[in-house]
Amino acid sequence: MQFKSMVISNVQVSPGYFRMRMTAPPAIVAATPGQFVMVRVRDAIDPLLRRPFGIFDLGTFTTEYTDCGRQTFCEILYKVVGKGTEMLASLHHGDHLDLLAPLGKGFAAGEPAEEKILVGGGVGLAPLYFLAKELAKTSKVRLFAGGRNKEDILCITEFERLGVETYVATDDGTLGDQGLVTQVLEKHLAATGGSKTLFACGPFPMLKAVAGIADRYNLECQVSLEGYMACGVGACLGCVTKGKNHSEETPDFRCVCKDGPVFPYRELKWD
Amino acid sequence: MAKPDLSVEISGIKLRNPVMTASGTFGYGKEFSQYLDLEKIGAIITKGLSLRPKAGNPTPRIVETPGGMLNAIGLQNVGIDAFIQEKLPFLRTVNTPVIVNLYGNTLEEYGALAEKLDRLPEVAGLEVNISCPNVKQGGIVFGTDPAAAAEVVGLVRRSTSKPLIVKLSPNVTDIVRMADACVSAGADALSLINTLTGMAIDLEKRRPVLANVTGGLSGPAIKPVALRMVWQVSMAVTVPIIGIGGIMSATDALEFILAGATAVQVGTANFLDPSAAQTVAAGIEDYLAKNGIGHIKELIGALRV
Repeated sequence: MQFKSMVISNVQVSPGYFRMRMTAPPAIVAATPGQFVMVRVRDAIDPLLRRPFGIFDLGTFTTEYTDCGRQTFCEILYKVVGKGTEMLASLHHGDHLDLLAPLGKGFAAGEPAEEKILVGGGVGLAPLYFLAKELAKTSKVRLFAGGRNKEDILCITEFERLGVETYVATDDGTLGDQGLVTQVLEKHLAATGGSKTLFACGPFPMLKAVAGIADRYNLECQVSLEGYMACGVGACLGCVTKGKNHSEETPDFRCVCKDGPVFPYRELKWD
Repeated sequence: MAKPDLSVEISGIKLRNPVMTASGTFGYGKEFSQYLDLEKIGAIITKGLSLRPKAGNPTPRIVETPGGMLNAIGLQNVGIDAFIQEKLPFLRTVNTPVIVNLYGNTLEEYGALAEKLDRLPEVAGLEVNISCPNVKQGGIVFGTDPAAAAEVVGLVRRSTSKPLIVKLSPNVTDIVRMADACVSAGADALSLINTLTGMAIDLEKRRPVLANVTGGLSGPAIKPVALRMVWQVSMAVTVPIIGIGGIMSATDALEFILAGATAVQVGTANFLDPSAAQTVAAGIEDYLAKNGIGHIKELIGALRV
């Protein structure tokens, strides 16, 4: 759906990272973790295109603004990377935005009895919080969070409040283990047994490494991809990624926006 | 006062209003159906179709630039057979003319595609892409040489009895010469402009942003160029013209109509606002009503120079 939204709050959670809460129609609660929103930062031609963000959280809060006293909201967690996100970071309570949401295909929850392992790189943690909230209701959840330094490790306390066990790795060792999050993940898997499902969101090289681990340990694994997209609805074909059967003669391109952003890792070509 | 009449006709294709969706920006219609009423726009022009499925270019394929965007999708599409099987059934349920955009890598492909499309009663007309700048052995050769363009248009003309629209490339020195060549070869209408070839550079990486190096510029940034070309061509030819290039609002659309366009296509705007085409059509109606204009035809080519 397309709707007008009002900014409720927009706070910096770490240098260069913001968490924004926006009003949304009640129908937003049908969104599943892993789905995303396309935000039109302002009603002008610069920036021209919408910006895609995974849904960090959604719910309702008490307010005097609506007749029923309740207001549904959705939240995004974003990194300031360019002009669009800079403008977004400058917005305040009461500012208005135009949203398309919820878009794309989200994560499948899997079996409740199985342990759930979430792997997030930097701002890739965003959709994993919404996912953790859902999964933690029925399953044991562990989060492996990675980044270049401690400033890239976002909202860890929020995950812990859900009862999620957290493991952190940073390139420079300023928080958690020094090294790649996928190394910490593999060490953990090697030391523990049992059936587990992996859910990952982050940069492509990290996802590729997670897919390799899933393969070696024979685990189910869903990955959430990023893509540079214009429309978010499967029309522009800007954000495509290669499907498992792809070749030049038999194209198998999947739209990150519409066929994903979440894919079972076996559905994709990783070379 | 009576509701203003927005209906126009492009070579026998009757449109309820002059607003179409530009090829490559609207998928196959269905992608946008939850965001707008497809029966409130003039026509749907589908994603450029080739004889066989086409993989397209590597990513990154798009990048935003000031007031516009560059794309180098590489004409990725499902091919004519999958189009008929998977995409046409939905379009059949929509009471709005469907115009199929097509391209070939060789003359023979253009001819074979046109023959196949000619047999489909759901297809109201063809829009021939001779101008896509992305595929190395494709469009650009035909679209920038009047003789080559005339050869393609002539072949498609002989392969179909459906209304034939030719989409022109702006990447030429003399757009009027191209327009004349296409009309002489049998084009019933001209649509212009396609994207302007451009590029974007990443200073940090010292590399082009697009994997294809160059791409086609679209969006508000190209509107002044498009208006100038529509105006020049409209004075030179007698066939209907469809104006394209950075149309974001009814105001933009009406400027093209004043410059001589009988209809317009909304392209890049669909990406930022999936209901843009319907909003533009409604805005034109409002403008006519407010200004006491009974029929859109009163504005076509009404520019006072």
